[in-house]
Amino acid sequence: MYAYDEIDRTLVNERVSEFRDQVQRRLSGELTEDEFKSLRLMNGVYLQLHAYMLRIAIPYGTLSSPQMRKLAHVARRYDRGYGHFTTRQNIQYNWIKLSELPDALEDLASVGIHGMQTSGNCIRNITTDQWAGVAPGEIEDPRIWAEILRQYSTMHPEFSFLPRKFKIAITASENDRAAIKVHDIGLRIKKNEQGETGFEVLVGGGLGRTPFIGKTIKEFISHRDILSYVEAILRVYNQYGRRDNIYKARIKILVHELGIEKFAQEVEEEWLQMRDGVLALDDVVVEDIRSRFSYPNYQKLSDNPDELKAAAADPRFAMWLGNSVAPHRVPGYSIVTLSLKPVGMPPGDATADQMDAIADLAEKYSFGEIRVGHEQNLALPNVAKRDLPALWRALDKIGVATPNVNLITDIIACPGLDYCSLANARSIPIAQELTKRFANPDLAKLIGKLHINISGCINACGHHHVGHIGILGVEKNNEEFYQITIGGRADEQAEVGTLIGPAVPYAEVADVIEDIVEAYLALRARPDEVFVEAVKRLGVTPFKERVYATR
Amino acid sequence: MTSPLQQKIKISGPSIVTANRTGDGVVIYRTGEKSWSARIADASVVRNADEARALLSEAVADDVGAIGAYIAPVDVIEGKIEPGNLREHIRSEGLTIPLLPVPA
Repeated sequence: MYAYDEIDRTLVNERVSEFRDQVQRRLSGELTEDEFKSLRLMNGVYLQLHAYMLRIAIPYGTLSSPQMRKLAHVARRYDRGYGHFTTRQNIQYNWIKLSELPDALEDLASVGIHGMQTSGNCIRNITTDQWAGVAPGEIEDPRIWAEILRQYSTMHPEFSFLPRKFKIAITASENDRAAIKVHDIGLRIKKNEQGETGFEVLVGGGLGRTPFIGKTIKEFISHRDILSYVEAILRVYNQYGRRDNIYKARIKILVHELGIEKFAQEVEEEWLQMRDGVLALDDVVVEDIRSRFSYPNYQKLSDNPDELKAAAADPRFAMWLGNSVAPHRVPGYSIVTLSLKPVGMPPGDATADQMDAIADLAEKYSFGEIRVGHEQNLALPNVAKRDLPALWRALDKIGVATPNVNLITDIIACPGLDYCSLANARSIPIAQELTKRFANPDLAKLIGKLHINISGCINACGHHHVGHIGILGVEKNNEEFYQITIGGRADEQAEVGTLIGPAVPYAEVADVIEDIVEAYLALRARPDEVFVEAVKRLGVTPFKERVYATR
Repeated sequence: MTSPLQQKIKISGPSIVTANRTGDGVVIYRTGEKSWSARIADASVVRNADEARALLSEAVADDVGAIGAYIAPVDVIEGKIEPGNLREHIRSEGLTIPLLPVPA
């Protein structure tokens, strides 16, 4: 966990006071909605279909138990008893009252969390691998660099009014769990031949109306130069990014229109002018930030304890163990994913009671630390293997031990038309129906790794373009229809999926997905050829033929 | 931001004006008594662009009470006002999904 200092606390508290005053002036009529809108957005407050929505940042997806309890408290006291974890490691409350927002934010500020830069055309919450710091083989903890970028980008005066929002993600593992290739800037931590830590820099990735996979603009930049290089990218974008057309305002469009070579040249010229300036990172600064991260005092434990061997006889435990528990860099410990995808329920939602229970379990079993992943699940990053059986029983009791991580029912879905003012179609009921269709864990296991991502509109908050199966809601003549893509992926081999054919009506979506899955099971070369590899080998045609043969 | 009044108003059937209440975001409907109601049944129904513009004008003028006023289609069936599309059904009647059980 990172320990915030007095400067951080003062900044957050002052922002709450400022926003309290703005809300009072809005409610009294002193501020019009036109005047107030940009102020509320700067604090993560949107207006959705039924109510205001408050989005709270969870920097690099790391939460302490007290912070999780405070999220539960806000859900219970100011909302309807639950919250929604998002694809950018944030949490959203859907029913919050404007008049109570300052109190909610003050309560959150008491544990160092806030809604700043969760909206607006600024640099948003810096995201990273939810297994940061604990994944085997990781080059180093990417949260150090996420924190440096967070401090650099918070209330940065030059980049508070960019042409459009700007998202940065970092990974330090070969397996990209942070989806860096679909971010405005993606950073991959690596070492050069001299063993120096630096970054591969990707730029121009993004989803939405016009999806692009990010391109490498710099194969290696020293850690010393990362802030100046990011700033050079932002300056070029700020200068040339389009402000005349919201649909063409993201950096991906600029990179596409200029071409990566020309864009890189512009960045290089900008960077060379400032690389040795104030943004050159001093190792003392880096070490100071690194020292503010505390790490567990791991014990020397057995990697195959008796407790685990005894519990493995229980088939339900064994299934969960095989699915939701991942290796840790320290022998004797594991990373445990908590599925927020129970059958028939909205993906990513957690009740206040669940949040409180998870906070308690994190304290008991994971050194008080919880992670949020972009797949809308949570993780306990530091669980002793001997504790896994007891933890499983506790997680099962509160409904977050569904053994479906990375399987067909581990669906990413945006809030869709049930909540969102931008949506054209519902997402959550589609997800719910699919989780029921594929509820049998043996069937899900037989199908293997398969990510279904659902968005209720072209803005793609559900990352449908990079779902192995992507589902996009559209509206046709006042009816909900859904376009289906296959073959997308968000990992280190990121690709945008291919549309298989005409959109299908709401009532047929689950049948279509079943057809696609049946075709895959019939056509896969071997049981371990995962869906997305089969699509790559076969192309979309056999799936298309299967789906549309009778439609 | 473009005011809804600056946009061309075209309606193809009975319509109402709806918004969200400023203090708590609750869905509200403009009534014939120059006020707001949380019940669609109380909404004032307009049937041509001029009526719609007039109703929207007075709704937008209440910037303190309401936010994001716009014209929405409705069906009037045997005198009962029904939302005219799925979005308005959801705004009027709430979520179409079951939520995680939350203790009372």
